Amino acid sequence: MRKTRFGTVAAMAAVAALALTSCGGSGGDADGDTIRIGIKFDQPGLGFKDGDNYTGFDVDVAKYVANELGYTDENIEWVSAPSANRETMLQNNQVDMIFATYSITDERNQVVDFAGPYFVAGQDLLVANDSDISGPEDLNGKTLCSVTGSTSAQKVKDAYAENTNLQELPGYAECVTQMSGGTIDAVTTDDIILAGLAAQPAYQGKFKVTGAPFTEENYGVGLPEGTDKCADINAAITKMIDSGAWEEALNANTEGTGYTPNPDTNPPTLGDSCA
Amino acid sequence: MENYLTIFTEYDIPGAFWVNIQLTFWAAIGALVLGTILAMLRISPVASFQAIGTSYVNLIRNTPLTIIILFGVLALYGQLGFNLGGEFHENFFRLAVMGLALYHAAFVCEAIRSGVNTVPLGQAEAARAIGLSFMPAARLVILPQAFRGAIVPLGNTLIALIKNSTVAAVGSVATEASSVMKTMIEFRADIVIPIFLTFAIGFVIIVIPVGLLTTWLSKKLAVAR
Amino acid sequence: MSASILFDTPGPKARRRILAINILGALLGLGLLAWVIFGLAAKGQMQASQWDDFVQANTWKNYLLPGLYNTLQAAIYGVIGSVIFGLIFGVGRLSQNKLINGISTVVVEFFRAVPVLLMIVFFNVFFSRTLALGGDTAMWAVVAALVFYNGSVVAELVRSGVHNLPKGQREAGIAIGLTRGRSLRYIEIPQALVAMLPALIGQFIVILKDSALGYIISFNELLFYARTYTSPNGNVLQGLIVAAAIFILINFALGKLAEIVSRRLSSRVKKEKNAPVPVGVPAGLPPAAGDTPDKGTDPNPKK
Repeated sequence: MRKTRFGTVAAMAAVAALALTSCGGSGGDADGDTIRIGIKFDQPGLGFKDGDNYTGFDVDVAKYVANELGYTDENIEWVSAPSANRETMLQNNQVDMIFATYSITDERNQVVDFAGPYFVAGQDLLVANDSDISGPEDLNGKTLCSVTGSTSAQKVKDAYAENTNLQELPGYAECVTQMSGGTIDAVTTDDIILAGLAAQPAYQGKFKVTGAPFTEENYGVGLPEGTDKCADINAAITKMIDSGAWEEALNANTEGTGYTPNPDTNPPTLGDSCA
Repeated sequence: MENYLTIFTEYDIPGAFWVNIQLTFWAAIGALVLGTILAMLRISPVASFQAIGTSYVNLIRNTPLTIIILFGVLALYGQLGFNLGGEFHENFFRLAVMGLALYHAAFVCEAIRSGVNTVPLGQAEAARAIGLSFMPAARLVILPQAFRGAIVPLGNTLIALIKNSTVAAVGSVATEASSVMKTMIEFRADIVIPIFLTFAIGFVIIVIPVGLLTTWLSKKLAVAR
Repeated sequence: MSASILFDTPGPKARRRILAINILGALLGLGLLAWVIFGLAAKGQMQASQWDDFVQANTWKNYLLPGLYNTLQAAIYGVIGSVIFGLIFGVGRLSQNKLINGISTVVVEFFRAVPVLLMIVFFNVFFSRTLALGGDTAMWAVVAALVFYNGSVVAELVRSGVHNLPKGQREAGIAIGLTRGRSLRYIEIPQALVAMLPALIGQFIVILKDSALGYIISFNELLFYARTYTSPNGNVLQGLIVAAAIFILINFALGKLAEIVSRRLSSRVKKEKNAPVPVGVPAGLPPAAGDTPDKGTDPNPKK
């Protein structure tokens, strides 16, 4: 009798613990049927969790690739992959692939593998539609917003316009909110992130990306080191680009902003990045 | 070790702490003034004054400081264009000071009120007996004793304020200690723990003397009864 | 109650004057409120379109409630962890073993002095870089920071709770042949825990409020969702007010609960020295109990 009661309590505690942790994101282990894909949950236009829906360019590319690899949309488990956690998540096998504005760098390449790039972004400026700012040189005496501690804003200050007033906020969304309130003249980060922010319904027709990117960021698909999926993923991305689905996804997610990615580098040509 | 020492030349760590000390200093003055006014409202015989004081304390004390600071920069400044003047960065500094002061004023008020409670009834009776009305009685007899009785909770509020000055990070004050530390540990993955300990010990060095001073003062100024 | 210290029962003339001031005060308060509301309206912030997001089921179902769930989850883990941490180090500080006592003192004093935000930022990077924690590293970072800070506060509560017990309790324990440790475990700590219940509830409020700091490291808590949801819609101000209102309601209820528990206890345990540490100063150090025996903090002096 006593034992049963203890058992019940233990079971209840276990259920409670499960219920509490289940929303953490990395539920089931790699059972062959599903694929776990890491994306941003809070980056509108790229990776965004809207209730039970996931939207954005990263999400669309990830879905296409997953479908090509033989997974249906229902078999995809979306996992939040914040910037600081991405390498660790791959190293610990908590995700199978990451599509989260993940720039390919030599440093990262030492600990994880990359497929792609599936997009070449560049640091750019988002400004009001009627703004006369056309590039970072015009920012002297203007106010520029970026995320706290980001190097991109400092780069603008150091290399282009040293008299820029820099405001640092916890997220880009706050920066854009500030700009719609009129207290900020420009926001800086990768052009596609800016386009995604500007494509939000509330901002339609208000902002534009200046279209003069001054860096090059190759967004790759983050994979655990030593993976055998890389070549298949590259083939899927190539197919997506050739079939026009890539451009379609891009347009759908940046609609109404007049944004076009840097044509010299996009759509990207996939080299032998898997080697 | 050499690797670690480079962080002191690469980043201005004392400068970051100086920002926190300045935030604390101005906010402490603001909180003390506003908190005293609130305490007066709360102990006054006028029901509506009490209501104003009580609702302020109950609202602010139960709101996360993060929301208050964020409200200053996103809503007051960003959406309503409320500007506290000065150069671009000074505005954020002042907004953060304002948020910190508004928040901690509620705790200062409670500290002073608890101090008032330490004043024996006889003191007030004596004050009235010599013909003092409310204001003079409060100013000359009650509050001086109340402040002495409130030193420990006031000191605790000051310590909380020192630590909470880091929350200015959400209010675009990017030069204060927690923001600088955040940048540092993101770029120097090799020495994350030493960097954290450096900043943590910095706060210990600031906070512990304040605690000791509070204890010493409360003993020295204790009203002998 | 304090009014009776400061004032005589007012006479007819004073009563008239107080009434006049009272009306003036009420007008002042209402005027202040009106000034804020009309100020907001003039800026176009009171339009229904800015607020009607918050009466839609979708907003609550997909943003605010999941956010609140995460906030509460972190807070509950934080409370459980803090009590465990606090018991271990609180007892450690009561230990007569110099080494254990010393270590516990250093740990408690250290974590009480370090800003919670600093710990959150550190743990977030530390966990995500070094440990393979399942799930949400941001949440674990918040929980860890909350446990270390609030656990240290609870440790002090345990210590002061035991110190404030009448000496006779321990003496009686030793007299019936218990060791020092057993007397602590079976007699003193259980009583101290009951006495510190209101202060513990107060600490829960602190934990709940501090969990909002997780916003900075993108922990998907209430404030984070309120912000992510409203920023594209241009009603951040409204979102912050709604988030604040939710926090205020919960914390206010908890505060009332602490008061009720405190009143229950004080009628049950008739010991003047047992006055619990006031709930008044969250986010800071509780009155250092051993140092100044209740001179400045005793909320109910009957001397």
